Amino acid sequence: MKRKAFQAALPHTIPIAVGFLFLGMSYGFLMRSKGFSFLYPMLMSFFIFAGSMEFVTVNLLLSAFHPGYAFLLALMVNARHLFYGISMLDKYKNVGWKKFYLIYGMCDESFTVNCSVTPPPDVDRGWFMFFVTLLNQAYWVGGATLGALLGYVVQFDTKGIEFVMTALFVVMFLNQWEESKDHRSALIGLGCSLLCLLIFGSGRFILPAMALIILCFTFSSRKEDRRAAK
Amino acid sequence: MTTMQSVITILAVVAGTVLTRFLPFLIFPEGKTPPKFITRLGKVLPYAVIGLLVVYCLKDAVFSAYHGLPEIIAIVFVFLLHKWKRNTLLSIAGGTVLYMALVQNFFR
Repeated sequence: MKRKAFQAALPHTIPIAVGFLFLGMSYGFLMRSKGFSFLYPMLMSFFIFAGSMEFVTVNLLLSAFHPGYAFLLALMVNARHLFYGISMLDKYKNVGWKKFYLIYGMCDESFTVNCSVTPPPDVDRGWFMFFVTLLNQAYWVGGATLGALLGYVVQFDTKGIEFVMTALFVVMFLNQWEESKDHRSALIGLGCSLLCLLIFGSGRFILPAMALIILCFTFSSRKEDRRAAK
Repeated sequence: MTTMQSVITILAVVAGTVLTRFLPFLIFPEGKTPPKFITRLGKVLPYAVIGLLVVYCLKDAVFSAYHGLPEIIAIVFVFLLHKWKRNTLLSIAGGTVLYMALVQNFFR
């Protein structure tokens, strides 16, 4: 049963493997270039397992100690998981102990596959989703570890390599922009953050920016409710 | 930061991340529907957060000696490369290589 589910899951994860190995390796290499042992990217990619937040955590580890702020930032950056979770409430039902791991290992890519692919009728659904999640996490942790190990061997001037994070978010922004017709949320995020950066400065703008973004959404969703009521 | 502080920071990030994953399953056990505001927030927040993260990456560049000029050049390059080839990994790699060349050779 397990073998069949594994064989059904593997082909769906191959495109993800390419992306995860590349990004994971950049992340591991970046951490190594900032002087961290390979254990950091290995354990962080395993326990956090949320790419964007791992890149951000590199910065957090290099600046002043603010664990409460790190916690809030993680909540905000990963808030999309709430939405994934709500969509998977039904799908993750009746799969036994595997449910715990399915929730723990849920990332954008595993969500996309588990949400859209229906395994063949002779394949156990729970094990199929389990292997999709497990393989994706293995690619990511493997990539991050490999990238950091590569950092010990390959030596060149790595100045400016942290731009990989900026480039990643710019490309994600462009992809999201083209996926959606309504650009208000993207503009609210960009606008509120820029405004707060100019007012509060680079060290203190994140918390006010997060508050302002939530405030904007609260107002716009009230407006929509009123419009719907009419 | 000491190693202990690093570990606490990482644990705080792990806690925040794990919470976003488990919260829906904890507060909406089988059969309960979540309130509208939460579902809507889950839908719109991802778009806004990426904007926030772009600004977060540029936060120090704006106030630096070149006022973010190498960053702007590299971002324009990423934008054009992505419009042209639409390959996420290529755009990221291309932008990073260009930025590294810029700050290592021209904007020292």
